[in-house]
Amino acid sequence: MKVAISSTGNSVESKVDPRFGRCPFFCIYDVDTDSYTFEANNSMNSEHGAGPAAVQFVTSFNVGKIVSGDFGFKIKPILENLGIQMIVIKDNKTISDIITLLKNNK
Amino acid sequence: MNPKISGLKPYGPHINRDMNPIILHYEEYEAFRLNDYENKNQTEAAELMQISRPTFTRIYMRARKKVAAALVEGREILIEGGTVYTSEEWSVCNDCHSVFNVERSLSRDNATHIKCPLCGSMNITSQDAY
Repeated sequence: MKVAISSTGNSVESKVDPRFGRCPFFCIYDVDTDSYTFEANNSMNSEHGAGPAAVQFVTSFNVGKIVSGDFGFKIKPILENLGIQMIVIKDNKTISDIITLLKNNK
Repeated sequence: MNPKISGLKPYGPHINRDMNPIILHYEEYEAFRLNDYENKNQTEAAELMQISRPTFTRIYMRARKKVAAALVEGREILIEGGTVYTSEEWSVCNDCHSVFNVERSLSRDNATHIKCPLCGSMNITSQDAY
């Protein structure tokens, strides 16, 4: 199972980004192999449609869950149709914090 | 074995999108899978599902009728047990404080079995919206 996490930077010490569509990076964490990659988000500077474009990008990695600070109203139905679970966190967790929680929940 | 897909949607110029989806129950999906896809005979399939052969036949025929209706009437099939996370119902984890949407089947009846997808805690409260 892979999880995408919106990230403010490309290291595990970066904080989870409060936005989904316009975050600069996504961390893709593979729970089964306990490995991760950081992918630059090309939709970051789009004038319109950053959310749906980011969904397209993230789903190309076959994730089952997405962790972010917020999900816009345009993308909630898209993710619902794709069967991808949304997880919202509002505190100051880092990518590393999220990975630890997911790892212990295996 | 959990279904790979959550359902099937029809397409074409004469689709009436207001028609109710057909709900294929998990046991019906299983019966259909064992008989029509894995090519088991009804005796083997019944044994695998741990039910009697007549019961298997009843469940299997219901599955067949539903699939036929979906095809002929152009209706969507929703497979119970196929994972669908509804965007209408959300829960809060009281341990890690994450807010998440829940599987459609779980949100209706089994709220007590919801587990936090982040930290695994069962200390969950349903909330109306996010």
